[in-house]
Formats: sequence, structure tokens, C-alpha cells
Amino acid sequence: MIIGIIDYGVGNLGSLAHSLQGHGEVRLLANPLDAIQADRLILPGVGNFSDCALRLHRTGWWSALLDAVLGRYQPLLGICVGMQLLCDLGHEGAEGSDDVGVSGLGLIRGEVRHLSSLGCELRIPHVGWNSVELPSGSTGLFQGIPNGTDFYFVHSYAFDVVDQEDIVATTNYGVLLPVAIRKGLVWGVQFHPEKSSKAGQIFLKNFVLTEVC
Amino acid sequence: MLKVRVIPTLLWKQFGLVKGIGFDSWRRVGSVLPAIRVYAAREVDELILVDIAAHQPGNELDFDSIEDLSQDCHIPLTIGGGVRHLDQVSALLRAGADKISINTAAYDCPQLIPQIARRHGVQCIVASVDVRVDDRGNWKCFSHAGTRPTGLYAVKWARQLEAMGAGEILITSIDRDGTMAGYDLGLIETIASAVNIPVIASGGAGSYQHMVDAVVQGGAAAVAAASMFHFTEQTPAGAKRALADAGVPVRWPLDVFGDTS
Repeated sequence: MIIGIIDYGVGNLGSLAHSLQGHGEVRLLANPLDAIQADRLILPGVGNFSDCALRLHRTGWWSALLDAVLGRYQPLLGICVGMQLLCDLGHEGAEGSDDVGVSGLGLIRGEVRHLSSLGCELRIPHVGWNSVELPSGSTGLFQGIPNGTDFYFVHSYAFDVVDQEDIVATTNYGVLLPVAIRKGLVWGVQFHPEKSSKAGQIFLKNFVLTEVC
Repeated sequence: MLKVRVIPTLLWKQFGLVKGIGFDSWRRVGSVLPAIRVYAAREVDELILVDIAAHQPGNELDFDSIEDLSQDCHIPLTIGGGVRHLDQVSALLRAGADKISINTAAYDCPQLIPQIARRHGVQCIVASVDVRVDDRGNWKCFSHAGTRPTGLYAVKWARQLEAMGAGEILITSIDRDGTMAGYDLGLIETIASAVNIPVIASGGAGSYQHMVDAVVQGGAAAVAAASMFHFTEQTPAGAKRALADAGVPVRWPLDVFGDTS
């Protein structure tokens, strides 16, 4: 089992790589041509949506990811901004102009918007541990994780999902947020499993070991 | 529901863990790496690690040791001390920091926070504000680990930091630091109501009740403490039990999740 973490110059890959050790061979993939090696692909991401999107293009990972997922059916997990990049359109970095946005990978239908424009009136960013509700129970990647378990969040933007059946888990922060989404072999989580202590470790282990097809 | 965080603060000076009183008379309290491991194993909500010597000339940030520190730390880690350039922020995030605390550079280089916000997002910026009460009873900000007066009023500066793109404010009372006499509740409450970003209370915690007060009265989103955890029998888990008893939502580790929900 080879777990490929996409290394496109953002974020902290150390703790993520460390979290996955013992479940397979973890490789940091800087070269998009190496995507083909991986049994599981993980797209991390912190910071700014448009900056991350630009880096995916510049490094060649944008088309490599689409090939991997749509052409070769390789399972993909996007984390935080990595999840947000799965969308059709992201509005971060395109502030002040609602009609302008930056294209996402278009793997899961929806747009990424600022929490305030989704109706959240609480303090932003949403920082800290928040409980994750599992409408379908502790199944799939949440196997062994009780409904209501806390995961660690730190974000100002969230995924406004079009197809409700793509939503696996939600979190309430003044407004109900989709925080785990899935379409076929593509998964995305808004929280940081690599920073969510034991629950996060179980989640990552499930992504590696569960038959996701 | 979002939980209130209990955050041990680790002050770090040349590879040793230290703690002072009023930002002075530093004493060595142990080694950094074992302390991080213990806290991570006890599932604290988050850690703040500040290199208090890094702002001095010649003391550069030590990225390698931060990489070591963050490797087996599966909880959020905020790193601060001597961060002056966007490149340092990028390198720290890459080395394993989740958030970067900015203090002195926010005064000296007003472009830094906006630059970080554009490049890495506001969520990774913890603006650290060190405050002393002046002769007239005003809260005034100090830079360079509390050694240099800036002349700025805390409320005005906090609002300005939010406008620049800070994601959280770590508000520390230098007067209360290390005294364990309780947070400056008036300061916490004033800052928390002045900004719309989360506020972390710091400086003066000596008992669980102080933490309850900072949240219930002060409106803090998180409570940080150093001396209380270093020098007394009190623990982050105990703090969470006290907060829960006071009706404050806190996070329990997965093991005991079933018993407390």
C-alpha cells in the first residue's frame, strides 16, 4: 500500500506523513508523474484557495490529479483547503466581487464561500475542536468514531455543497457546515485529521485500509 | 458545538523550557521535547510554543528543531518568537507549525500580517499582544518580549490587528504573567468585545476558577496557562472538568468520550 501525499509547496506535511506511518509506505509526491504509484492520494492544503489552486496548476498537479481520479480511479482525500479545491468555484482571493471566483477541480459540485456569506454570525475564523455529526452513523471512513466526536478545525471559508447526498458529515458553527464530503472515490474533509489526535488517526487509518471503491 | 480550548504555553529559550514572572526572572523548568510529548499524550487541545530569545540579534529561528518537535505532535501547534518575514512564516508552516504567533514584527512591519493573510490565510495568524497597565490605568502594548513600550492602546491595536488580517488574538497581561493571581478579566472582556475574531486569554492563570472566569465573564474562546501547569498540581484535564462543571463546552479525548457525553 503506497500512500502518496501531494507535495505542491503548501502546508505541513510532516505531521500528516507521520500520522500515516504504519498503515503503508508514505511518499511525498512532488512530481505529478509519480501519482500513478499511489494506492491512495492525499491532497493537503492550508491557507489561501486561489494561491493553492495556482500552485496546483504551476506544478502540473492539477491535470495529474484529474487524470488520477477520473482516468485511473485512484482514491483521493482532500484535507482543509485540499477539500475546498475539489469544488467548482472558490471565492477566496476573489474578495469583494461575488460574481468572480477561482475555478476548483470540479470533482464535487459546489462553491467555497466565506463563512459569513453562508450565514455564520459567530467569530471567524472557526478555530478549535468542534463535534462532527454523522447522519449515516459510524460507517465508512468514520468507522470506529462515535457520532459527535470532536475534530480540529481552522478555516474561514466552507464548502457550499450542491448535491446533498455528497455530504457525509456536518458540524454546527452558527450554521450547518458540510465537513466531510464524498463522491465515489473522492473524499474531502474540512477538519484536520492529522491534528485531531486519536479520532483523526482512526479516520486516516480508515482511508488507507477501507476498501473505498 | 465549538469547544473552549485549554492551551498550555511553553516558553522556550536555547532548547530549555523556561517560565518567568512579569516577563522577567526566567527559570528553567525542563526540556521542550519531553514536555510536548507529555502534553500531546494527554491530549491537550493545542500547544503554544514561543521562543523568547529569538527576537534578540543573532538568535535565528531553529527550523530543524521545530520540525522535530512537530513530528509526533498530533494536536495543533502554534509557534512564535522572532518571526519577522513572510519567508520565515512559510518555513515554519512547512516545518510543522499550524499557526504562527506574531508580536513585535506586527508593530515594526505593518505589512507582515496582511502579507501572511494573503499568502497563507488569516487562520494561521495568531496576533500576540502583550499589555501592561500604565500610571493612568490604561492598557498599553509592549513589544520585544515586553521590554519596549509602543505607546499603543490595547483595544485600538487589537482592532487594527483584526483589520490587518489576524485570525486570533492572544492577549497577555504582563502585570499578571507568572503571578497566578488570575487573568486581567477587564482586559480580556474589553478585547473580546472589541474584535470579532477568537481571543485567547493569557497571563495570570493560577486556578481552574480563573479559567472559568476568563470564559464566562471575559468571553475568551480559549485559555492559555504556563505557571499553573508547570508549578502546581493542576492539569489541563482538571481545567476542562472545572469548565464543564461551569457549563462551558469542552472537548474530551476519544477514550472517555462515551462516559462524559
